[in-house]
Amino acid sequence: MTSAQHTNTLDLNPTGHTDHGHDQDHDDDHGGASHSTFKGYMTGFVLAIILTAIPFWLVMGKVLPNSNITGLVILAIAAVQIVVHMVYFLHMNTSSEGGWSLLALAFTVVLLVIMLSGSIWVMYHLNTNMMPHTMQEMKNMP
Amino acid sequence: MTATTLPATHAALGGNDASAKTSDNMQFYLPKEHHPQNGTLLGFWLYLMSDCLIFAVLFAVYAVVGRSYAAGPSGVELFDLSLVALNTSMLLLSSITFGFAMLEMQRRRVKPVLAWLAVTGLLGCAFIGLEMYEFAHLIQEGAVPQRSAFLSAFFTLVGAHGLHVAFGLVWLVVLMVQVHRGGLVADNRRRLMCLSMFWHFLDVVWIAVFTFVYLMGSLP
Repeated sequence: MTSAQHTNTLDLNPTGHTDHGHDQDHDDDHGGASHSTFKGYMTGFVLAIILTAIPFWLVMGKVLPNSNITGLVILAIAAVQIVVHMVYFLHMNTSSEGGWSLLALAFTVVLLVIMLSGSIWVMYHLNTNMMPHTMQEMKNMP
Repeated sequence: MTATTLPATHAALGGNDASAKTSDNMQFYLPKEHHPQNGTLLGFWLYLMSDCLIFAVLFAVYAVVGRSYAAGPSGVELFDLSLVALNTSMLLLSSITFGFAMLEMQRRRVKPVLAWLAVTGLLGCAFIGLEMYEFAHLIQEGAVPQRSAFLSAFFTLVGAHGLHVAFGLVWLVVLMVQVHRGGLVADNRRRLMCLSMFWHFLDVVWIAVFTFVYLMGSLP
């Protein structure tokens, strides 16, 4: 085996590794966004309209008597709509960019959850614990 | 010999048909020229994720101080939900028109691409216009950012999103000029794909904004 062949093999490895072979061919033929179809966009659009209309209707029409329940319901619908946008408009799936974009998204979601829930939790307890417990404490407040 | 074993291990790792075939035929070259176009898209996706973290911080601030009115006006009094609904539909429509532009891009038709991009730009302008009208209205009523922690957080969060859309519009115009001049060459297609991701990402952020800020802020 000559050294030239040997280096070629090594060159081949990183490219084949990333599972890009298929995507790359697609890029050259169709210009990249390999998963965009009219049907896909329209499905996403119709779902997005429905998922937007429901929360506005719930809040503007005061459909549910309890605003806590309404809040939870519209948050859930928003989460579903975000997934719909991710799948149909941003073309997220497990194989895009060899899975790296999904990994980045998962990491971001983890950070996001920590940041949001942590902030709310800490600041809520800070508020309650900083409240003066007795009249004496209240008087000595700065 | 390393040359024979390397593709085989690679096939086992990758596990797809193409690589298995490579190991059988012992093909030591790439059948097609390598254009690492996806690198840009992945990098842009990473940028979007970091942008997502910026918005997460702003959302966290709003979640913490969003009900600290300092005896000032509250969301229930300030928000005009029908205006927000109109605004939301503008952004949603601009998302689908950008999708149509991308579909025309796949068919390599320059004029329809430019037309759909123009429609997207107009809808984006309508969104920005409505938001600026809303802000002007709030400021006129005395609900300025300095009034309360709630209003500071509100203007920062919604303003940050509006700024993103405004810069997206600038980018859109620049790309329209580039597509008009250079046609749908590979570079311009890559740029369009990046802007497409950016635009749809802003729509995703807006879902969170209208749900968390406007709708939940309007709940009694």
